[in-house]
Amino acid sequence: MALAKGAPESGAVANPATPQVIAFWRDERKRGMIAQVVVVAALLGFIWFLLRNFLIKQEMSGAPPLSLYFLQDVAGFQLSFSLIPLTLDSPIGRVIFAGALNTLIAAFFAGIIATFLGLLVGIARLSKNWLISHIAATYIEIIRNIPLLLQLVFWYGGVLTALPKPKDSISLLDVVFLNIKGLFLPKPILQEGVGLFFIAIAVAIGLAIFIARWARKRQMATGQQFPTIIVNTALIILLPAFVFVLLHDPIGWEFPEKGAFNFKGGLTVQPEMTALIVGIGISTAAYVAEIVRAGIISVSHGQSEASHALGLKSSWTLRLVVLPQALRVIIPPMISQYLNVVKNSTLAGFIGYADLFAVIGTSQNQTGRAVECVVILMVFYLTISLIISTIMNVYNKRAALIER
Amino acid sequence: MTDMTDQSIVPGTRPDLPPPVTESGVIGWLRHNLFSSWWDSLLTLSAIYIVYLIVPPFISWAFVNADWQFLPSVISGEKAPEFSDCTSGGACWIFVRARFGQFFYGFYPDAERWRVNLVLVMLVASIYGLLSERIKNKKPIAWFFFAVFPLLAFFLLYGGIGLPVVPTQQWGGFMLTLTLAGIGIVFSLPIGILLALGRRSQLPIVHLLCVLFIEFARGVPLITILFMANVMLPLFLPQGVEFNILLRVLIGVTLFASAYMAEVIRGGLQALPKGQYEGAMAMGLGYWAMMRLIIMPQALRVAIPGIVNNFISLTQDTTLVAIVGLYDFLNIVRAGSRDSNWIGTEIEGYVFCAFVYWIFCFAMSRYSMRIERKLQTGHKR
Repeated sequence: MALAKGAPESGAVANPATPQVIAFWRDERKRGMIAQVVVVAALLGFIWFLLRNFLIKQEMSGAPPLSLYFLQDVAGFQLSFSLIPLTLDSPIGRVIFAGALNTLIAAFFAGIIATFLGLLVGIARLSKNWLISHIAATYIEIIRNIPLLLQLVFWYGGVLTALPKPKDSISLLDVVFLNIKGLFLPKPILQEGVGLFFIAIAVAIGLAIFIARWARKRQMATGQQFPTIIVNTALIILLPAFVFVLLHDPIGWEFPEKGAFNFKGGLTVQPEMTALIVGIGISTAAYVAEIVRAGIISVSHGQSEASHALGLKSSWTLRLVVLPQALRVIIPPMISQYLNVVKNSTLAGFIGYADLFAVIGTSQNQTGRAVECVVILMVFYLTISLIISTIMNVYNKRAALIER
Repeated sequence: MTDMTDQSIVPGTRPDLPPPVTESGVIGWLRHNLFSSWWDSLLTLSAIYIVYLIVPPFISWAFVNADWQFLPSVISGEKAPEFSDCTSGGACWIFVRARFGQFFYGFYPDAERWRVNLVLVMLVASIYGLLSERIKNKKPIAWFFFAVFPLLAFFLLYGGIGLPVVPTQQWGGFMLTLTLAGIGIVFSLPIGILLALGRRSQLPIVHLLCVLFIEFARGVPLITILFMANVMLPLFLPQGVEFNILLRVLIGVTLFASAYMAEVIRGGLQALPKGQYEGAMAMGLGYWAMMRLIIMPQALRVAIPGIVNNFISLTQDTTLVAIVGLYDFLNIVRAGSRDSNWIGTEIEGYVFCAFVYWIFCFAMSRYSMRIERKLQTGHKR
């Protein structure tokens, strides 16, 4: 043994320095390389196959080459609702843009309904009151187990057609009216000098943020506290209100008035849009409620007990201990729910609301440009989901930093 | 001393007093759960009022005042049933009864409907076999369900080799919904597993491709994928090759669902401690053997609730195939209530439809919750 230790390595012992030759199919790295080459080759072959088919078909049918110039052509169809002025002569691109705006506006309001209703139901689900928590649970279980499309056609075809005729509309304070033709709201009319009012709001919010930062810094440095919430609330309400009074009502209201057949003036929300917003809002609220509930129960009881033991009062316990931890659990799935709202608004076509998908469907029908239309659709939704996932990543990074 | 023993109560010598009436029994329960404070009482009363506004009218509409029976003239075959047969002012369930065959089988020929029934029986039996805790040896059932059953079901439903062919245009109703959901479920799981493995793979190109596919499919709504399968896919197929619309939709639905499945399974894979991988490698297992024997059985177990939730959304998403003109369950019910004989039965149709979907999805969600609870015990410290 001792001899072997001191002796130089003989030929009989394998020298670890000389590379051992392994068959390439046993070498993990080479195998991985080969697998990837095969995958890429197969994929390229598949794409080449598809493209060749496409080009052959294109040539045989004499279809025009792919381009987006058709967006400048006259659309020849109109939307039942749009935020920007449209005529029958508007170019297709503009109509599609109007459709995209319709999607976003419906998703925006549906998101607001979903957030508040979901918050309410989620808290109700955790209520100690047996009846309240069971009503919330029933709501969640019913809504989550029925397809959204069915809910939408139910709201549109089942409930909204059961609304009264314009003659006997349901009215709220004689200002808001609801009937089978839609929802009628007072319309704000911006008057001269309204810009100052909006500037005042912006200034107030800016000041509030500045005060909050300053107060936080001062508390970190000296330990002195500043009544930030009260001061900021007062600032945000009082400053714009003061400007509002100074300007003598910069916003006038146009109220809906009863006409011969229907209401005139004011702001009309179509029944299709109402059904879409209400349907998606109510459905998403059930998912939001589950998220809120999961977030709240994820903060262990010991956290609030410990904070009470440290002498924090209840409102502080909620604000400083429970909420920050619950929000970290709640916000990421909430953001993906907002993405879902945007994606679900594609069901609008089923109930006759002109969202982006419905408009694209019509354009494709009229122009026959399938590839371009699909590309526009995909780019729109992918952009939105990219934006939303970027927001989520930024938030996750910040939340992770707060952790330590 | 003697005074004290006289007056003090020796424990056990006198009967225990019952708890106060206000703290136990029905009254105690009510006080604790419904009327613990004035605010609580207010909430309870308003909730009762809301329930009162919704539930009794619904019950009277759906059950008490509803029409269930065909008219004698309909039964004797003198006239076809129609909406005006419903006279009591409640729900017109005659509509659902009259149309039930179509709702269930679509336009499948009457003489061939036994084939659908047979497939359904096999489906229910094998699902029971897979889920039941009494049956221990699940391997043959799983093989049957995932390998034999799809082929057998296709042969039975479509026909060929002696059975008359039923073209897919005649498929519809609940049977089509089950077909879509079933095929989506059966195929999206293995594809999802492969995608999840690819996403966690060390090979950069495979990883990139999987990420791109998953993020693309999750970033766009299902309906746009169906739209793409409907209008764009035919342009890229070789001349003369026509894909059946049902097949195109199935491909779209399956690929869409497998991206979501991949993310759930990836969650399961991430939940496994690294030691499991290292242990498997130390035992000398190769990649596929390690995945098959060590990693996947554990990862899939953790992922079951998420997988079942995906099944639920897949079942609900099958309603969207109406956009390409297929008559799935919801679409055929809608079409039925647009029939001139049945104008005015929209709500009945939707309520019936909602009821059926609800039963299926609720059963699945209960199952996933049970599994979740069962799994939790192992992880709790």
